[in-house]
Amino acid sequence: MNASTVTATRETVSRHTRTFLDRHASLMPTFAAVLIFAVLLIGAQIHFGTFLTPLNMSALLLDNAYLVILAVGMTFVIVTGGIDLSVGSVMALTGIWCADLLASGHSAAVVVPLIILAGAAIGLLIGVLVQYFDVQPFIASLAGLFLARGLAFVVSLDSIRVENESVLWLQTTRWRLGEWYITPTGVLALSVALIGAFVMQFTRFGRTVYAVGGNEQSARLMGLDVARTKVAVYVISGVCAGLAGLVLTAYSGAGYPRNGIGTELDVIAAVVIGGTLLTGGTGYVLGSLIGVLVFGTIKTVISFMGAEQAWTRIIIGLMLLMFIVVQRAIVVRAERRR
Amino acid sequence: MDAQPLLELTGATVYFGADAALDGVDFRLFPGEVHSLMGENGAGKSTLIKAITGALPLSAGVLRLDGQVVRFGSPHDAQEVGVRSVYQEIDLLPNLSVAENISLGVEPRRFGMIDWRQMRDRAGDVLADLGLDIDPASVLGRHSLAVQQLVAIARAISTDVRVLVLDEPTSSLDTDECAELFRIIEDLKQRGVAIIFVSHFLDQVYEISDRVTVLRDGKLVGEYLTRELLRIDLVQAMLGRSAESLRTRPRLRVADGSSEEPFLSARAVTVGSRISGADIDLMEGEVLGVAGLLGSGRTELARALTGIDRLDGGIIRIQGSDEPIGNPRAAISLGVVYSSENRRTEGIVGELSVQENITLALQAERGVLRRISPARQRELAMSWIDALDIRPPDPDRPAGTLSGGNQQKVLLARLLALSPRLLVLDEPTRGIDVGAKVEVQNLVGELADNGLSVMFISAELEEVLRVGNRVAILLDGRVVDTVPSDDLTPDALTALVARPEPVG
Repeated sequence: MNASTVTATRETVSRHTRTFLDRHASLMPTFAAVLIFAVLLIGAQIHFGTFLTPLNMSALLLDNAYLVILAVGMTFVIVTGGIDLSVGSVMALTGIWCADLLASGHSAAVVVPLIILAGAAIGLLIGVLVQYFDVQPFIASLAGLFLARGLAFVVSLDSIRVENESVLWLQTTRWRLGEWYITPTGVLALSVALIGAFVMQFTRFGRTVYAVGGNEQSARLMGLDVARTKVAVYVISGVCAGLAGLVLTAYSGAGYPRNGIGTELDVIAAVVIGGTLLTGGTGYVLGSLIGVLVFGTIKTVISFMGAEQAWTRIIIGLMLLMFIVVQRAIVVRAERRR
Repeated sequence: MDAQPLLELTGATVYFGADAALDGVDFRLFPGEVHSLMGENGAGKSTLIKAITGALPLSAGVLRLDGQVVRFGSPHDAQEVGVRSVYQEIDLLPNLSVAENISLGVEPRRFGMIDWRQMRDRAGDVLADLGLDIDPASVLGRHSLAVQQLVAIARAISTDVRVLVLDEPTSSLDTDECAELFRIIEDLKQRGVAIIFVSHFLDQVYEISDRVTVLRDGKLVGEYLTRELLRIDLVQAMLGRSAESLRTRPRLRVADGSSEEPFLSARAVTVGSRISGADIDLMEGEVLGVAGLLGSGRTELARALTGIDRLDGGIIRIQGSDEPIGNPRAAISLGVVYSSENRRTEGIVGELSVQENITLALQAERGVLRRISPARQRELAMSWIDALDIRPPDPDRPAGTLSGGNQQKVLLARLLALSPRLLVLDEPTRGIDVGAKVEVQNLVGELADNGLSVMFISAELEEVLRVGNRVAILLDGRVVDTVPSDDLTPDALTALVARPEPVG
């Protein structure tokens, strides 16, 4: 009697596991990222003893706010199966232009919408190239990268300090809860991530993004608006890059045309570590948030150890490799099943 | 039939480049009927369907729905007015849930947000209608192809459907699932839905459809009532000549294998779950046809024999030596070459010239250090262009600009330049026009007469029968029988291939 109950329970458990896997297999890489994040935090705490402090954790979000915003936009693009290499440069361009306009006395209420629009415009350009001129996303966004970087140097060759109070307010304000604090930039980053996650999960547009990444041809045959969606994801990525430019300028108190060289690769790494498949069709915005936090934690750990920051790159590189291999294995297994 | 047709197409013409894939075709469809669309591969069935469902624009012609002239700019336009389709290749999204696949584009929404619960409930209802018991929230890619096919149908009938196009819906279904599908079709018929049914299986066409429209080479042959049309007449209408006149070449009678040693002899070849325990014997100078349905393991067998896929079991002897064929290179050095069914993606290099395409494999075989001199390359290319009658006879033309039939000949030339002993041809005549088909078929015959062994795989049973000396019948990854083709008629072969269970 007892034995049969145990068997029954076991069966129920395995049935539930199966149902869960059937429904959410694509969440597994993101779970892995959460697990790695937890292991990193606990490991660092055991090793240093003073790692898991409210101050340190609050700084993690603060230091990486711009990366979070970029990663949200990048997730949209990668889920459609594309890539956006322009984000680092666009962030630099909007950052330096923001600083320049503010220095020449324009009001932040004018400047901020303007630079976000600039980001959107470059995103639109890339999207149109990809969709209507059939240019590879890699090439189209590479063109965007050079264009934005060049324009950033046109605006200024040197860094420009920002003295505008409303922009600096974004960074200097600390809303505190005990020893924890959050800045407006942190709130901005979290809101962008939440809005991104909501759009992906609960709007027709968001589901079309997944559909395009799953199979563009099928999505078109299903009567979905593939063209608009593909252009829109690059515009979203551009808007995010514009916003990141604002946040980075506030964070560093200045605009600098050499900002964000190679940042696009950090962002892609964070997105992939967060569980988004580079082949498109699978991925989560909140996973990308975790990916950025993993990235940031590794950076902090390295600086705690007093080691060269080059090690961050090496570790991220190895981790990326591991994730891509694991993802590939999952994809291959899925294909075998058919 | 004096009722007004629900859908009427007149003078439909579709051009791909300079070639008309569909040429002035008339087609009508009445409510509550099942209408079969028949024709050989490349006859224009798919093009016609795409024109009706808005996936391709008409170059000329008028489409009327309920007597009103309509123009579909996209599949979306067609779906809006209730014209839905289920394509041969399942066109769903494996990365999304079953429920989403059913209602994507028309998701239930509340305050602009997708209402997941209602979407699942609605999908559950449609699936229950179809007698399919699966979790609507599960990811589609985790289900079998047959289930995915039924989900595609569920999607099509989940909205107000008036015209339902089923393009080869039964190719991935087993007998029970087919019966279930036919029950659903009958049910839809009762509701007044007009159904266009495309299938290669004549039995199914006769079982389910009320009328038949036959296409050939993009042109309309005729429209018939199924019950008044004899099978033999249908086949002749599809092929355009009587089956007898197609026998283009007297086949050499190959000596019955007992005395002679086979060139290739495979025993109990097993590859994963796709091929299990296949036995194949191939004599020198023999053409072995391989007949089987989609998914019966035709391509897998070819890939296993040519060293592309690793064997999980079994043995392949070539000329009595049982040295394992570990990779395509080893196979080539033993004289075994393979031509893929995917001519565009795994065969022809469209940007390279005809000459480069022909010498590609030979150069690769020799290695980079032993370059074939330009003069020798030209000589080689010209001789093959001449021998195979490749048109236009210009070795410098990019191969991608040639017609399908000539591309196939270029591919053949590339393989023949390796002086092979065994040629494995996977669907060499797919998507090329009838004239070119006959040329390729004759070529295979000539090669065999010159002592080459050929394994000829084709979805068109009639062609397998015509080209092959013997026909190996594949069923679910097993070679169930090998029959001399003189002992078979197309119908008999169809029956063998479609046999649900192998005879003990």
